[in-house]
Amino acid sequence: MDVVLSQLVAGISVGSILLLAAIGLALTFGQMGVINMAHGEFIMIGAYVAFVMQGLFGSGVSLLVAIPAAFLVGGIFGVVLEQILIRHMYHRPLDTLLATFGVGLILQQLARDLFGAPAVQVSNPPWLSGSVQILGTNVPLTRLFILLLVVAVVAGLAALMAYTSLGRRIRATVLNRNLAETSGISTRWTDRTTFFIGSGLAGVAGVTVTLIGATSPTMGTSYIVDAFLVVVAGGIGRIKGAVIAAFSLGILQAFIEYSTTASIAKFIVLIAVVAFLQLRPQGLVSVQTRSLA
Amino acid sequence: MSEKKRQSRLTAYAAIGAAGTLVLSACGARAGEEDAAVAESCVDTDGDTIKIGFINSQSGNMAISETTVNDVLHMAADQINEDGGVNGYELEIVEEDGQSEPATFAERSEYLLTQECVAAVFGGWTSASRQAMLPVFENNNGLLFYPTQYEGLESSENVFYSGATTNQQILPALEYLKEEEEIESLYLVGSDYVFPRTANMLIQQWAEENDVEILGEDYTPLGSTDFSTIANTVAASDADAVFNTLNGESNVAFFSQFDDAGLTAEEMPVMSVSIAEEEVDGIGPALLDGHLTSWNYYQTLEDPENEEFVAAFQETYGEDRVTSDVMQSSYNSLFLWAAMAEEAGSFDVDEIREVADGTSIDAPEGEVTVDGETQHVTKTPRIGVINSDGLIDPIWEGELTDPDPYLEDYQWADDEEAAEYAEEAED
Repeated sequence: MDVVLSQLVAGISVGSILLLAAIGLALTFGQMGVINMAHGEFIMIGAYVAFVMQGLFGSGVSLLVAIPAAFLVGGIFGVVLEQILIRHMYHRPLDTLLATFGVGLILQQLARDLFGAPAVQVSNPPWLSGSVQILGTNVPLTRLFILLLVVAVVAGLAALMAYTSLGRRIRATVLNRNLAETSGISTRWTDRTTFFIGSGLAGVAGVTVTLIGATSPTMGTSYIVDAFLVVVAGGIGRIKGAVIAAFSLGILQAFIEYSTTASIAKFIVLIAVVAFLQLRPQGLVSVQTRSLA
Repeated sequence: MSEKKRQSRLTAYAAIGAAGTLVLSACGARAGEEDAAVAESCVDTDGDTIKIGFINSQSGNMAISETTVNDVLHMAADQINEDGGVNGYELEIVEEDGQSEPATFAERSEYLLTQECVAAVFGGWTSASRQAMLPVFENNNGLLFYPTQYEGLESSENVFYSGATTNQQILPALEYLKEEEEIESLYLVGSDYVFPRTANMLIQQWAEENDVEILGEDYTPLGSTDFSTIANTVAASDADAVFNTLNGESNVAFFSQFDDAGLTAEEMPVMSVSIAEEEVDGIGPALLDGHLTSWNYYQTLEDPENEEFVAAFQETYGEDRVTSDVMQSSYNSLFLWAAMAEEAGSFDVDEIREVADGTSIDAPEGEVTVDGETQHVTKTPRIGVINSDGLIDPIWEGELTDPDPYLEDYQWADDEEAAEYAEEAED
């Protein structure tokens, strides 16, 4: 029982990291169909924002300042990328893939030039050290914080999509771009905003991964593959799919890893996703679109 | 874009790709022919300079570590040149970037040997890069100085190993844990590649002989950042200590999640063999405070050679820079080569090899002597404890230890099994 519970907790925390890394991608790739290989580097940018904030405000308060700051910085980078590169490549997914991969490399080198190649240290705030007992298992406070943050982000995003005019515009554009445009929606503006939010969320993910892992120029590469895995398995175009996929993959990974090893768990999870996509190519949750494209 | 335009663009890409492949295969053919042709070394000793090669990764994921080696090699070359060079020749450095790719290391080192005609090459870090360069140096009868501590089970006539082999780093660490920390059980955590797997195989054999129980052996893919499950199992195992062979950034995640799981250095010290001064800063001294490392050199060593070395390095590269074991071994390797070449009165590889045995220098880590048979060097094992300033204080020092890469003096070590294993892992 202890093992089941502690692995469940481990799985949920793995899932929450996966989801944070993937949620921005679920917007840009899922909603807009843009394969942004630089998404991992936006996560890296968020982590370095946390590092800079720590230098400015000292460890403790800095985390709370860093989250909105990283959202803003990540978002701005996203909009700039969309404006100068990606918007010229809509409907050319393979070109976008290559170009954004190149942008990712440039951003990595930029981080190396600015902050040096070795990992920098972002220390956890004192109020997040230690752990709490939940149902008899130790849950580190950092993990709890990440989970709560994910819940807040997903709830916020869901509300945005469901209840605001921006959300309605985004959904309309996804469902049928031409009709949306005919109805007077500026799809250009919608695209840019969607990209801002998606990239900003990558920045937020970057801040949170500093709590558990290294902050270095190449850190983004360790999250990008998992993020795509979650979005593809979850079904393109639905946030709900990404949520279910992230937590299922996280829990699956944790339980397999407990009885085998980390390498084998990664392998089995990957095989499971491939097999699942054979049966259900559209992913867990799919969108019925009426667009002709 | 129209379909036709797209088509023509694709064709153009394909053409560029094909042309690239052709150029590459042409290069390959050229290199292959030379392989057979090169018998005599082409080292040029007519002028008043002698060429040597540095091969370090200036790009890719190993650049973090290997650029520090490059810095220190330049410093060593400058110091040698200030003192009049080697055999009266000034050192001329030819640099190549290994790009963190073993294949690039092989290709660029072949270029250094056959095109630039360097007298010796210094560099390489990962075992994969060394193994990729090995046939190049053997075929061309070149000389490689490899600075990193590694998994042993190798001894090539064309390589001098200035870092520690297993009996100078891993075994002393185990001995220390058993004698001083009085451990009865151990948990092994490592990255999933050749060094940790080979090291852990030896640790398993040692443990059996020494009645230490191995409670678990876990590997994560290189670069892995999730250790929540491993932290759980390590905590549940209640082992007396952890032996850590994780590489690179995984260490940050491991120590952070180890700490999250409520584990401390007092209850369960972690002995690491890949964390030196350079890495401590990125992981954070707070997380590492009190944990153990096993190396032959620490920046804090108090001997005049080391104080001079650290002062010179910080003067050249900045007060905030640190010096580490591998950097020091690289620094030594250039002086060892210079001493051997002086002794031989020549840059000829065979003549250098002949005089190698017993060549000795006063290094920052203490006296270092080349063993002619294995072409490794003697080393003093030292256990260090990481302090809150991010430096490592030596707390235990072993005897000056002769290199024994095949662990021939250790009855329990079944090195055949380990060698087979290392070979398999490599494939």
